[in-house]
Amino acid sequence: MKKTIADLEKIRMEALKNIELRNSKEDVRIVVGMGTCGISAGAREVLNALVDEISRRELKNIKVVPTGCVGMCRLEPMFDVYKDGEKVTYVDMTPEKARQVVVEHLVNNRIIEDYTIGKRAEE
Amino acid sequence: MRDISLHILDIAQNSINANASLIEISVIETDYDIEVVIRDNGKGMTEEELAKAIDPFYTTRKTRKVGLGLSLLKHNVELTSGKFAIESQLNKGTIVKATFNRTSIDCLPLGDLLETFITLIILHPDIDFIFTHKTSIKDYHLDTRELKAILNEIKINEIPVINWIREDYNG
Ligand SMILES: Nc1ncnc2c1ncn2[C@@H]1O[C@H](COP(=O)(O)OP(=O)(O)OP(=O)(O)O)[C@@H](O)[C@H]1O
Ligand code: FES
Ligand SMILES: [Mg+2]
Repeated sequence: MKKTIADLEKIRMEALKNIELRNSKEDVRIVVGMGTCGISAGAREVLNALVDEISRRELKNIKVVPTGCVGMCRLEPMFDVYKDGEKVTYVDMTPEKARQVVVEHLVNNRIIEDYTIGKRAEE
Repeated sequence: MRDISLHILDIAQNSINANASLIEISVIETDYDIEVVIRDNGKGMTEEELAKAIDPFYTTRKTRKVGLGLSLLKHNVELTSGKFAIESQLNKGTIVKATFNRTSIDCLPLGDLLETFITLIILHPDIDFIFTHKTSIKDYHLDTRELKAILNEIKINEIPVINWIREDYNG
């Protein structure tokens, strides 16, 4: 069914109720490679999986932002997670792996070492 | 690049890198072609920069020697004997027009245009977009400025709003 402006007004009223629950502080930042080669390797699907999983789990104060080419085509799609002052780079991502990273790294506080760039360099 | 919707996402990132505040993306499908127009009000290019922009060995980026996005799109359009054009004016903006000939076996599929629109809104809530998608049975138009006027202090990339956009497109 075609959505209406009235539906949008309703969404706004609902969102207003929740707005105080959030604050502007940012606990986690996820930087996704969205250059030409990231996009052709599947970065759009990875990004949308991240955003979807974050919202399903109602995680707050997480910012997902794009970046351009980082010169590591072979490892795309990739993203960096900045959390607790630490940067972890996940490479060779798929939507499924990205969802696992949200659950393990962001919810359970466990880095998935197998998916990180450090692991790839050792191979 | 797997499909046209991914090309569009990539070309729109150029507009964002050029500090555009308004980006218009229009896709018009007929039985014979798929016409894509991406217009921005970003910083534009000089004639010299423009000439270089579609040269596969040119990029203003420092991290890599080869610009990919535009020349790859031009190549994929020309494979179908379609038309590629780019116009730019310094401090005014840029228009990229790519018309794929869909009767060619080399024509890429359109792909998931809605996901491209949504990705742009999620990543760039403060930029304004005008999206158009026309086919023989569809006439979709979205101006994010109109949504923002209703949403006010609520961000356009909140998930319920994104879901509204999804249903509106599919409706
Ligand atoms: N909309 C635009 N406005 C201003 N300049 C642009 C625009 N689009 C492209 N350019 C210029 O043309 C160059 C080539 O663009 P192209 O997309 O081919 O490569 P890139 O963006 O540098 O790298 P890549 O797309 O491979 O990540 C850019 O570096 C930029 O200087
Ligand atoms: S061209 Fe940038 S990472 Fe591949
Ligand atoms: Mg580009």
